[in-house]
Amino acid sequence: MAMLEIAGFEKRFTIHHLNKVMPAIKDIHFSLETGEFIGIVGKSGSGKSTILKSIYRTYLPDHGKMMYDSSAFGVVDLAHITERQMLHLRKYEIGYVSQFLNVMPRTTCRQLVTNALLEMGSTEDVAGEEAEKALAHFEIDPKLWDSYPNTFSGGEKLRLNIAMATVKQPRLLLLDEPTASLDQQSKMKVREIIEKLKLNGTTLVGIFHDIEFMEGLCDKVYDMQTRKMAVGEKVGVGAES
Amino acid sequence: MHEEPILKVRNLRKQFGSGCSHCANLDSNRLEKNYCTVCGTVYAVRDVSLDLYPGEILGIVGESGSGKSTLMQCLYFDTDVASGEAYIQTPALTGTNVFELSSQQKRSIRNHDYGMVYQNPVHGLKMNFSSVGNIAEKLIAAGNRNVGEMEATSKRLLGNVHIPLHRMKEEPRNFSGGMQQRVQIAKALSNNPPILFLDEVTTGLDLSVQANVLDLIKKIQRELGISMIVVSHDLAVIRMLADRTIVMLNGEIIEQGLTDQVLEDPQHAYTQQLVYSLL
Repeated sequence: MAMLEIAGFEKRFTIHHLNKVMPAIKDIHFSLETGEFIGIVGKSGSGKSTILKSIYRTYLPDHGKMMYDSSAFGVVDLAHITERQMLHLRKYEIGYVSQFLNVMPRTTCRQLVTNALLEMGSTEDVAGEEAEKALAHFEIDPKLWDSYPNTFSGGEKLRLNIAMATVKQPRLLLLDEPTASLDQQSKMKVREIIEKLKLNGTTLVGIFHDIEFMEGLCDKVYDMQTRKMAVGEKVGVGAES
Repeated sequence: MHEEPILKVRNLRKQFGSGCSHCANLDSNRLEKNYCTVCGTVYAVRDVSLDLYPGEILGIVGESGSGKSTLMQCLYFDTDVASGEAYIQTPALTGTNVFELSSQQKRSIRNHDYGMVYQNPVHGLKMNFSSVGNIAEKLIAAGNRNVGEMEATSKRLLGNVHIPLHRMKEEPRNFSGGMQQRVQIAKALSNNPPILFLDEVTTGLDLSVQANVLDLIKKIQRELGISMIVVSHDLAVIRMLADRTIVMLNGEIIEQGLTDQVLEDPQHAYTQQLVYSLL
């Protein structure tokens, strides 16, 4: 059984105000095995983020199946599980990282990472210790640990985002254009981080618009244009660049 | 994972007015919004069902007049329901529709299982009692009789909500709106209720004070694991606090979902309007 299998997935947006139905994507099929890293490529507006947000239930899927092999409930269809089940999976199994930091205001960097662990039931001591490890691991300057992330640079925010998602050791991590708006040096850091995650056995689905970045990193690439999966060498064919 | 809701509400209805032949059939759409133009009856809450799970914050949003505060008042027994059921998951009350209990039993639920924080502190506090006295009042209602203990508890609770020690004996009417709200929260928490209702608690407070109160609510959830229903017309407040959100319009639930889903992919025309209006 694959870790995640998307079949016949479709998403439309109905905008009542404009009396409009906007088809976002349809006929999406792909699957990935435990420990794999699949990259999704395609033009902007092709619906890459829509897939990720639908897996995470930030968007409500319209059609199709998204079978996920969870450790809490066994194989479930993410499109149809209850809200409470989804919240449970978000808390313990599925992480989502984007370039945007969307966190509780007036909370320090250290506290944000600690809270991520506390909500999973860690004790205060363990959470504090693990949080420091994660912050150090993702090379966030210790000077920043006790400040609010509002003023962080794009790269720092992203690394904090990744730190918050990965301290929970999610089974499945969704990366929504994590390298957008980063300079070359920060991108290399993200790449190292992703390599580390892969080594730890995390299953990853990532969206990148920048093909070079993905080279040698993904096991498979799903192309939004051809709706086909490329494995290994052919990575990047037919994508925007 | 099988979890039981700590509070289960089914088909709750509340109307103001006796209804008439024009509006008596509730299924027919002959109301103007939630108002019968013939007899003037207001159908404030119409067939609302919801589940509140242990430790979660459930958000309820809607414009004024959508029935969200009336719903809270019904749940807290401030007003009687027209029909409907509510079940609280505690050993003593399992399987009992709490709306059918005697007023004495309802009071006991309010004293032991519920906490309520009103938008206007006048409703939750006795303005001419000291702050400590306000909390002691609730503790006495919950069966406490040890004065020393009650005073210690009051001080601890007021400390938690950042009321300075030297002002604890003061009457809340001398306090600012934000302080009054914090005293009200301390009072609502004093009986260790498993369920807390918060009705527009930050409305009318200025931003920094609002931030304090929100941080406090989040802290309470994290540290005490209390289940809360938070009513607000402010989407930013709901986004910050609630895991799941219900949208009400004209007394009905028109949409519900994970909070980020309701905000990013709203389904109902009204919710879309609400979200698109967000600055």
